[in-house]
Amino acid sequence: MAEKSGADILVECLIDLGVEVVFGYPGGAVLPIYDALFNHPKIRHVLVRHEQGATHMAEGYARSTGKPGVVLVTSGPGATNAVTGITDALMDSIPMVVITGQVPTQLIGTDAFQEADTIGITRHCSKHNYLVKSPAKLAGVVHEAFHIATTGRPGPVVVDIPKNVQIATAPYEKPETFEHASYRPQIKADAGAIASAVEMLAAAERPIFYTGGGVINSGPEASELLREIAALTGAPVTSTLMGLGAFPASSDQWIGMLGMHGTYEANWAMNKADLIVCVGARFDDRVTGRLDAFAPFAQKIHIDIDRSSINKTVEVDLPIVADVASALSDMIALWKDRGHKAADLTEWWARIDGWRARNSLAYPESGEEIMPQEAIAQLYRASRSAKDVIITTEVGQHQMWAAQHFGFDEPNKWLTSGGLGTMGYGFPAAIGAQVGNPDSLVVCVAGDASIQMNIQEMGTASQYRLPVKIFILNNEYMGMVRQWQELTYESRYSNSYSDSLPDFVKLAEAYGWTGIRIEGPQELEAGIAQMIDTPGPVLVDCRVAKLSNCFPMIPSGAAHTDMLLDPSQVEGIMSDEAKALV
Amino acid sequence: MHIQEEYSERHVLSLTVSNEAGILARIAGLFTARGYNIDSLTVADITPDHAISRITIVTSGPPKVIDQIIAQLDRLVPVHKVTDLTDNGPFVERELALVKVAGVGEDRIEALRLADVFRAKVVDTTIESFIFEITGTTDKIDNFIGLMRQIGLVEVGRTGVVGLIRGKEPN
Repeated sequence: MAEKSGADILVECLIDLGVEVVFGYPGGAVLPIYDALFNHPKIRHVLVRHEQGATHMAEGYARSTGKPGVVLVTSGPGATNAVTGITDALMDSIPMVVITGQVPTQLIGTDAFQEADTIGITRHCSKHNYLVKSPAKLAGVVHEAFHIATTGRPGPVVVDIPKNVQIATAPYEKPETFEHASYRPQIKADAGAIASAVEMLAAAERPIFYTGGGVINSGPEASELLREIAALTGAPVTSTLMGLGAFPASSDQWIGMLGMHGTYEANWAMNKADLIVCVGARFDDRVTGRLDAFAPFAQKIHIDIDRSSINKTVEVDLPIVADVASALSDMIALWKDRGHKAADLTEWWARIDGWRARNSLAYPESGEEIMPQEAIAQLYRASRSAKDVIITTEVGQHQMWAAQHFGFDEPNKWLTSGGLGTMGYGFPAAIGAQVGNPDSLVVCVAGDASIQMNIQEMGTASQYRLPVKIFILNNEYMGMVRQWQELTYESRYSNSYSDSLPDFVKLAEAYGWTGIRIEGPQELEAGIAQMIDTPGPVLVDCRVAKLSNCFPMIPSGAAHTDMLLDPSQVEGIMSDEAKALV
Repeated sequence: MHIQEEYSERHVLSLTVSNEAGILARIAGLFTARGYNIDSLTVADITPDHAISRITIVTSGPPKVIDQIIAQLDRLVPVHKVTDLTDNGPFVERELALVKVAGVGEDRIEALRLADVFRAKVVDTTIESFIFEITGTTDKIDNFIGLMRQIGLVEVGRTGVVGLIRGKEPN
């Protein structure tokens, strides 16, 4: 058989695996791969401005399309710059394959130019990683890497390829589908566990579905099945930050996001429920609040494809290790088989409606300034008439306001950094989402601080004519840091203000974008309409009330029932035990 | 172009290290960063106060790489001393294995006969099986397992190598 270079083998593999887009940045140790890409017009390469941008673009592409994101970077600084995005993808279970160049095998370990121990560095922040030392092994590794990234609990896989392995030759044949020797994710749930779950659900008087990003990772079918089982049982549905959109916000059974900045009704319903069905979520500390006060009256069922997520922080009564869609489908089939009918939940819903009546997402009106919550609400109203809308966020107050005040009815339309909380995620993620969904309206909701963490990617959007929109809620603060300082440190604003901000409108224009400034409530509606209607990339600098804070809030270390609903409840100091929590 | 396989040789390294969290990961990382495998690794604390552990590593690689790994091991803050037993004159190395063999009739008798030749001890028996305990060099254990495979080997557990320099001086 004719032999091919490692670089050609890699590109052939990518084509065989159906890869359409690669986000990357060239450099010395990947020159052979870039030369191979030059001859393969089937693969679209998006040239980023910084490798971290490439990883978040790949995440945005993956989260919005359901396909794995692919990143190509050089050795040393190329690889280390990718580490934040790799870690982000691990925390949020995003399928991603990161191909890194490496110095040639004979130089590994010699402190060669642009050498870093990529495998060592990424070992703990990737689902798996490989150093490929022979071109003959490359094809098998690349196919395996995609298999591992996309199956089970998805995650990032790093393939480190020394430069001489890219140049050396070996025969290539598309590998047959394979059974991995040790890696076998459990897809199908144990039948006994499904039967128990169905009986528990049928018998519950105060059930609640607590759903997470796993529903979205499981694919669109899982979201459909969630809607079906919710309809069959009549139970309320809440979701984590990562799961928004899996269940429609427009449904009567939707009670909003739960957790630290979740709704009053969602957190009280969790506290008073007698059965919690956790579907593809992981009892994160942002969700549970104080563990010993978490859901004291509930039996807990936990559906998760990752066995190590079960009983990690919260002991559950019934673990179900399975893919969400598979488990829900089995539960629905058995529910129907056994002729169960939705229980009478009138009393339960009456209590939930009582909590709802607190209207916990309400915010004070201000005639003078734009309330940031109102800016999000207006963005939501204005974009409902638009075609398909995808929202990404950076991290901070604006992220929580977007989660609270924008309603998502479909999965894969809400892209945010939940686990790692990466400032600088949202804008590149929006570019990646736009690459994968060229006809969608993609809006990055940002803060004035976090947008600056990857603002260089404006050039990428210009270069590829990507009509992404950046909507900055500009309060001239790192608002969430300031909010915590108000809560904890008697409002000593240590370094949480934004000084020397650029003129965002001029910056937009410098990159060939349209820049819009919105300065008062009377400009809000027209400004947002102009952003949506303007073709090409648009940056909006929306000046909002500087000192608004994000409520409701469960301070760290507090119970679900100890929510702060408005600023008047903030004492400004905390015990050292509470301060020490994340 | 094809990548030339480098000549590689087996080395037994003996380290004393402070008994602290993460030391094993740091040491293993030095090997994996270069894509070299550790063939065997043993760790146990060796002082009455449990402060010091001896780690014995068997690895294969080009001599230059082994030298570099030794230098880098020596540079790790919690490492007290690294000795390349292979390069430091005569040394004793021993490994312990538990070898489970199943069989009846003539196979059983043959297994016992071979065990006697290798000075392996029977540490568990049923009507149809034995577990042998054998100590020796890696080669000797490999040979014993090879013979038992022909009789009815079920499975093997091995400790990996420990070694000390011959004579009165410490490693």
